[in-house]
Amino acid sequence: MTVLGLSRFQFAMTTVFHFFFVPLSIGLAFTVAIMETLYVAKRKYVYKRMAQFWGKIFLLSFAVGVVTGIIQEFQFGMNWSNYSRFMGDIFGAPLAIEALLAFFMESTFIGVWMFTWNRFKPGVHVIFIWLTWLGSTLSAIWILAANSFMQNPVGYSIGKDGHAKMQSFAAIIGNPQLWREFPHVATGALMLGGFVVVGMSAFGFMRKDADRVFFTRSIRVGAIIALIGSILVIFTGDLQTLEIIKDQPMKFAATEGIYEDLKSPAPWMVVGLMNEAGHKVAAGIEIPGMLSLLAFHKLYGGTIYGMNTLNDQYLAKWGKAHPDIANYYVPTNVLFWSFRFMAAVGFAVLVLSILVLWFTRKSKNTLADSRWKLWILGICTYLPFVGTTGGWLITELGRYPWIVYGLQTIADAVSPTATVPSLLFTNIVYFLLFCLMGGVMIFYSRRVLHQGPEQDPETAKVEDAPKAAPAAAKAADRKVALA
Amino acid sequence: MTAFLAKPLIDGNNFLQLLWFFVIALVFAIFLFLDGIDFGVGMATRVMAHDGDERALYMRAIGPHWDGNEVWLITGGGAMFASFPLWYASLFSGYYLLLFIVLVGLILRGVSFEFASHAITDRERSVWQWANFAGSVIAPFGLGMMLTSVIQGVPMDAQGNVRAGFFDVVNWLSIVGGVAVVFFCFLHGLHFLSLKLDKTMSERMLNTTKKVYWIAYPALVVFVILAFFFTDFYQRRTWSTLLITVVILGATICGHIAAYKKRGGFAFVSSGITLAGIIAFIFNGLFPNVMIATDPAKSMSVAAASSSQYTLEIMTIVLCCLLPIVLIYFAWSYYIQRKRLITDSSPASIKAALSE
Repeated sequence: MTVLGLSRFQFAMTTVFHFFFVPLSIGLAFTVAIMETLYVAKRKYVYKRMAQFWGKIFLLSFAVGVVTGIIQEFQFGMNWSNYSRFMGDIFGAPLAIEALLAFFMESTFIGVWMFTWNRFKPGVHVIFIWLTWLGSTLSAIWILAANSFMQNPVGYSIGKDGHAKMQSFAAIIGNPQLWREFPHVATGALMLGGFVVVGMSAFGFMRKDADRVFFTRSIRVGAIIALIGSILVIFTGDLQTLEIIKDQPMKFAATEGIYEDLKSPAPWMVVGLMNEAGHKVAAGIEIPGMLSLLAFHKLYGGTIYGMNTLNDQYLAKWGKAHPDIANYYVPTNVLFWSFRFMAAVGFAVLVLSILVLWFTRKSKNTLADSRWKLWILGICTYLPFVGTTGGWLITELGRYPWIVYGLQTIADAVSPTATVPSLLFTNIVYFLLFCLMGGVMIFYSRRVLHQGPEQDPETAKVEDAPKAAPAAAKAADRKVALA
Repeated sequence: MTAFLAKPLIDGNNFLQLLWFFVIALVFAIFLFLDGIDFGVGMATRVMAHDGDERALYMRAIGPHWDGNEVWLITGGGAMFASFPLWYASLFSGYYLLLFIVLVGLILRGVSFEFASHAITDRERSVWQWANFAGSVIAPFGLGMMLTSVIQGVPMDAQGNVRAGFFDVVNWLSIVGGVAVVFFCFLHGLHFLSLKLDKTMSERMLNTTKKVYWIAYPALVVFVILAFFFTDFYQRRTWSTLLITVVILGATICGHIAAYKKRGGFAFVSSGITLAGIIAFIFNGLFPNVMIATDPAKSMSVAAASSSQYTLEIMTIVLCCLLPIVLIYFAWSYYIQRKRLITDSSPASIKAALSE
């Protein structure tokens, strides 16, 4: 256990945990905003109940997201002080702008939104949730602007003190990496938020006294958002990959498990296992020509460099400045499999969303009666989180050994004052806190589902009148058909 | 214009560096003024409230605002990172464990609002109310300790690495400083509650603060004496430090009188100024340094810690564009929710206010 290892573990742990709640909050804010907008547009009470019900889950997610976010901002200084010194001139600005532009907006308007349902007209009240969503989305732009610089430094120079200095603010926010990353993250958040509503609605259906109208509408809204989100996330991911092949070929080669250069048409390894120490593929299944199609969208797209070639190139390029770096290989197995999980999740959500829309269609709405389908959907609530985590593992581990690509190594960035005991202590406490918060979050989300949505005044009347169970069931069926 | 911006004005610092030093101080002062409310209300849940519903009512009073108030701290941290990265790096890494404890406090407090609203039984709810209380004490105490430890000078090397020992962080001045911040946050929180609750409860709040205020005077005397011996503020920056001391004392007296006269609004503003005054005291004393080293030659000056001129220019433009807008909707969110939560303090009306 070293200071470096513990600092890296802490960054990974806090960021991954934080990023469960970031896309969830952004995606749910959007979903809730759509529901409330539907209420404003159609004046059907069920949409208001939906916005309020899913708003509860959104608020839970937001609370945990906020408190884990504070850790992020502080730990650059606490654990990575040399990084802060080196990068502060560039990195601080987006963080400060994020707070000024985005955090104030989301925190103020979420506070207004929560407590003024009865104070404002629906048409005004809905603005507050849209502003909350806008704030959270804007925050993503600025933090990704900072991250994009770490992946692809632009608009800087190295000053006399050896620190990076900002030369062009426009170049930093115009970083092509940013405008590849941001759409992917933003649409990924929509996919995730929509699909969590789908999965949780499936659990909602399973209850005996489930409000079928309510959950049918919810699951359909969620599925439409998840469907659009997953199409866009696949599309934007593809665009991002094209950029990565150029800017960070090592990262790309690792996600595809390519050690030796491939002439087009290059085969695509579907699954495989890497021998990282021996720098070769241990075993894998390949589809001929497929990689060229995926990477360049044509069979004859040019050479794809393998990691062995790239490692030699990098050694020649940076060897003099960084003689301490033995090689430039990234954790290949992790990247290879993260990519596969991420892509699989994207397509799975796409397919499942279509199926949900099909099985809840007006003419034949049978989803709620099929226990096994509901179970599959319910368990898949957790699926998109696997995808987003995989995406970040690729992005962050793929720049190894750099913290800022080509400029500063991770080893040089860590706080010189940090000690193993204090890092061990904070790691353990964070871990316990995260287990507690994650557990409570899931527990309370289940409770919200268990309690069910607020009763519709009209349904309550209908249910009170015919006490006989079959009649009530018939009424419920009719309601579902109407939905 | 560019020539003026680059010209050293005071102690070798140019206009933008001075401006941003002031901005950081201002943001932290606003943070303590606003989040001081939330910390104080959190303390009041244990000290003042009779039962779980009353605690929930107090938390409801700050429910719409605490998150926005906390963003001032995030903004302070971000602005410090942007404008004085070397200060940010030295301070945050040097006070590692103390800041970690503050973070844990903020985390506990932050989730407690939402989690408490999902509790079914009183016992379950009281767990989160305890978390809120604990966080509301830990965070201001830790921040107060950090601020009053920094001003005493810390062991720092030429690269700005702070290796603060236990007694650099925990000593008489820093303990008194931590307690002072907690104490004034408590008063401030009660004053805020007196504006949000009905007449009976408001009077109870002000009756409490008017008694508790008496402790402030000996505490301030102790603080000034300790600051005189542990820091060089009164020797090095005599007049400005004395002036701020007088302002802090004046605001304290005003708050005290207002509490006696049952003027919640005045009392609230006064206790807020006292909290902001503490920040002013510290930043004024630090200047022209941002970090004071035990070896004066290694102290870090404002100019040495600052970002490049270009970054400061960009940040200044951003600040001028965004801050006015933020202030407008921030104030608006308080304004539209200015109504008192209850009109009488019967359990029924408290329940009604909570279910709204």
